[in-house]
Amino acid sequence: MSRPRTWAGRARRTGPRVTDPILEIEGLEVRYGPVPAVRGIDLRVGRGEIVGVIGPNGAGKSSTLHAVMGAVPVHGGEVRLRGVAITGGRPEDIVRAGVALVPEGRHIFAGLTVEDNLNLGLVGRRAGNGHQVDLAWIGGLFPVVEEFRSRPAGALSGGQQQQLAIARALLAGPDVLLLDEPSLGLAPTVVETVWDALRQIRDRGVTIVLVEQRAQITVALADRTYVLTGGRVRATLTPSDAHDTARLVAAYFGS
Amino acid sequence: MSVLQSIVDGVALGAVYALVAVGLALVFGVMRLINFAHGELITAGGYTLALTAAFPKIASVTITVVVCIALALLMERVAFRPLRAASPTTTLVATFAVAFALQGVWLIAFGPEGRTADVLASLNQRVFEGDLDVRWITVTMLAVGGLLLGGTAFLLGRTTIGLQMRAAAADFRAARLLGVRADTVISFAFVLAGLLAAAVAILLTVQRPLVTPTFGLEVTILGLVGVVVGGIDRLGTATLGGFAIGFLTSVLGDALPADERVFLPSFVFLLVILVLLLRPAGLFARPSKTAVERV
Repeated sequence: MSRPRTWAGRARRTGPRVTDPILEIEGLEVRYGPVPAVRGIDLRVGRGEIVGVIGPNGAGKSSTLHAVMGAVPVHGGEVRLRGVAITGGRPEDIVRAGVALVPEGRHIFAGLTVEDNLNLGLVGRRAGNGHQVDLAWIGGLFPVVEEFRSRPAGALSGGQQQQLAIARALLAGPDVLLLDEPSLGLAPTVVETVWDALRQIRDRGVTIVLVEQRAQITVALADRTYVLTGGRVRATLTPSDAHDTARLVAAYFGS
Repeated sequence: MSVLQSIVDGVALGAVYALVAVGLALVFGVMRLINFAHGELITAGGYTLALTAAFPKIASVTITVVVCIALALLMERVAFRPLRAASPTTTLVATFAVAFALQGVWLIAFGPEGRTADVLASLNQRVFEGDLDVRWITVTMLAVGGLLLGGTAFLLGRTTIGLQMRAAAADFRAARLLGVRADTVISFAFVLAGLLAAAVAILLTVQRPLVTPTFGLEVTILGLVGVVVGGIDRLGTATLGGFAIGFLTSVLGDALPADERVFLPSFVFLLVILVLLLRPAGLFARPSKTAVERV
């Protein structure tokens, strides 16, 4: 895979230097047939960071996450994990390499029990990783999941299912946790619970990439937030921008 | 012929067709693909039995199982894996292609008149003397059918690979994102399909030892009809459907006068049409909110 020659120039444009990058996305392009979804995105995620990615529908946020996971074909650019290219790998291998995705809509297995859903999370665990998260710790993080182990997952509420989806992804023992709109359809108090869990997960040493539509709470939580529109990175925000509504709006709609 | 006799024979044939149904439904579950070439696995099993007739029985049976599993894996690797990203129509046509290609192979290699596979013919002896005619093959069909169905249920319900298969059948994409290996679960489904096809071949050749190039096709079409009538989306209903079609075929065959038995398939399919008119999602399917009108 050849590097785009413009990389150095792009890096300067898209924001601050990351000293200890664990996940690097460089010139990423994703197309669905003739329709471009991601048009040359550069993202750098440092070890132990929470990095936010916000933007309107169709901005290319989910496509970026799916491209990292190998769930959609990559048409250009490169994805590197700990400096090693994983571009074009299969999802099942990328999970084992240490990246887990909590997909939009949660995709829990409604017909299986909570416990079976959690057991599926262990499938992607490889020997030697996952030191930072173990079963007991996850149980403490999401007591609800622990409490309803033997119930069908489909019987849980939306917030409980989201917690189950995150717990399941954590069981693979990822170094990088990708979340696709975890706040979608959740009540504000439940979002707070999830956000609090994300802080604890980060404090445990797991790097987080948080794709969201709720701009303000994402910018406030993340160390750095990229704004995507039309498949490109338009701006980079820091927590201090969270309450600067004018700046958020400007970043969203381009100015 | 007594009612009890009909029921005994029907349950035994039902068990065999249930095995055909499970083989089809397992592959359908993980690939969303109706594998018409499943019947060729059964035919291959029949020919292997015929060709190994001189061997000790246990060797003949073992080789048959190995051949069926190997052919199932080969089919998946050569024909279906390269088409995994293709449209369902393409893969469906590919299964037809594999089926007809293999039928051509059988015809060229073994001729149109068929081979005799009577390795286990001794199972046709009666278990006891009396009015009720129960042969050892009837008992064997029930025992093997029950064992394999129970084994499949155990495998799917209690093992890690079974859990992965259930997850893949429910949402393949989400399962892969958790680390479920597509190649592993699909290959495993084909291994089970091969094993089940071998069992069907071994059981059926006891009662109908003549193996022709379309031996497995006929069994599979009837089994497939059973799967659709039962409801293909769930393994349980598909299995019940397979059992029902086998049972029905046997009982109707007993009930019809000898000179009208040629019409047996017509009667079976007439009933199938009636069932599908009344329960389009399948006889045993739960009432569904997503039932769609198809033109």
